[in-house]
Amino acid sequence: METTESTDAQIGQWRSAMLRNRAVTESDADELEGHLREQLADLRKAGLSDDEAFLIAVRRLGEVDRLTAEYAREHGDRLWKQLSLPVDVSNPARSLAVSLAVALGFAVLAAVLVQVFRVLATTHVISFERVILNASFLVLPVLGAYFMLQRRMRWRTIVGTAAFVSALVLAVNLFPFEIDGSTFPIAALHVPVLLWFVVGFAYLGGDIRSSGRRMDFLRFSGEWAIYYSLIALGGAVLVGLMSVLLLPFGPDAVSIVFDWVVPSGVAGAVIVAAWLVEAKKSIIENLAPVLTAIFTPLFAAMLVIAAVTYTVAGVWRNFDRELLLGFDALLLVVVALVVYGISARDSAKGSGVMDVIRLLAVLAAILLDALILFSMFSRVGEFGFTANRVAALGLNLVLLANLIGTTWNLSRLVAGRAPAIRLERWQTGYLPVYTGWVLLVILALPPIFGFA
Amino acid sequence: MNIDKDLVAAMATPLVLAILAEGENYGYAILKRVRELSGGDLEWTDGMLYPLLHRLERLGFVHAEWGISPEGRRRRNYRITDGGLTQLANQRRQWATANRTLGGLWDLAQPAGA
Repeated sequence: METTESTDAQIGQWRSAMLRNRAVTESDADELEGHLREQLADLRKAGLSDDEAFLIAVRRLGEVDRLTAEYAREHGDRLWKQLSLPVDVSNPARSLAVSLAVALGFAVLAAVLVQVFRVLATTHVISFERVILNASFLVLPVLGAYFMLQRRMRWRTIVGTAAFVSALVLAVNLFPFEIDGSTFPIAALHVPVLLWFVVGFAYLGGDIRSSGRRMDFLRFSGEWAIYYSLIALGGAVLVGLMSVLLLPFGPDAVSIVFDWVVPSGVAGAVIVAAWLVEAKKSIIENLAPVLTAIFTPLFAAMLVIAAVTYTVAGVWRNFDRELLLGFDALLLVVVALVVYGISARDSAKGSGVMDVIRLLAVLAAILLDALILFSMFSRVGEFGFTANRVAALGLNLVLLANLIGTTWNLSRLVAGRAPAIRLERWQTGYLPVYTGWVLLVILALPPIFGFA
Repeated sequence: MNIDKDLVAAMATPLVLAILAEGENYGYAILKRVRELSGGDLEWTDGMLYPLLHRLERLGFVHAEWGISPEGRRRRNYRITDGGLTQLANQRRQWATANRTLGGLWDLAQPAGA
């Protein structure tokens, strides 16, 4: 039996209400919608009007909230959004408040740690450089601890992780860095990255073997970065206005803002952003895949044009090798575009136009990188392995290898010869490579170059 | 007559498995069959059937496949598996025991038809 337009609109609204909870997939909604429509047809055959039939059919199907909660219970593992905080179904508002209080507690802890070190630095108990080197140790382990609590990690795993982080703290602080040397900033730059992987370990509750779970961590990282940027923007406005208001009290009053408010905010927001990602993920759409969809074609165009002009005009020979780190950033962006492009896709689906665009972007990036690496090594006598260059070159090769594997998986996907899940597995399987490289840069590179 | 919620929940799995043991079926028709069998006494929130079916699928008791209804709409058909049949037999024994136990008492206390 045909339904009228208004019934279709009502069904559409009901369907999107169901789909708002991420435990309900499109195909679940299809199944329920089929049920609803059949019920509607039967009720109308019994002589009910469209509106009456709809009311009764929806009522028989059950309240949307209770129904989605039931799906969430059954499909707890289905989507990362269901990894969210343990929400008490009978009282969601209260459990949200409790989880916020816990997160704020950890945020305050991070802020206090940062402030203690800042005061120690301003009173010259410890050097400013040491604060920089240790800044991420003050914040990211707190975030890790927050997730350990959320995931109810086992004590033995917690102790093991804590021991690893402590050993890392000892190592980088006992290293006799030359403060003006280049190994010091390199190590300081890589420590937060390594700690982020530790956060990932805690985020996954120590269960790092499954590719799907690792993908969840990648999704979390993307969303976290976006939330953090948004909070930072808001914070900048707040700090700016606060400074304006405090200006009449003199410059000392303004410096209070920069000494107390800014560092605490920067540290606390790390935890709050993580809480937001966890708490809000079923409420709004993931942003990272949306941003990726916007930027993938633009980056692809840029890379293809650059690759063509570099080759034709031969300008790659003029590439300044000190810019290699900047080029690493470009490769990192391309990897991120691939990762977040696939993070929101249904891995059962085939390839689309976006996959072709992605493939173009990756191929252009590989070509560009090959040209630049060739130009560097063709002047091998001039290369000179400094710490900076080794760090930049190593990262470059790590990313290049990833992109070559990506090309292989993407082209098989586009050719319809392999499912998208292969590409996802490749990316999640590559995470230990990054971790290993970063660990190497922190622990091996400084001694090799004599901490200079 | 309103049947207690917990009892309905306990009956749900054997009921669905038993209906599927009659032959491959889909959600709406399974619920219709439940109503028919219970004479409408068994009140069930329709939507709750689906998470239950998905759980049975995950446990390997039923096999699900997308098909097409006569109206041309996508429809998910469920078929009982060998594991499901074993589970059903198992549950049936349990229910028979429950029936026998309670029945023995109630037949003595209340003459049939009271």
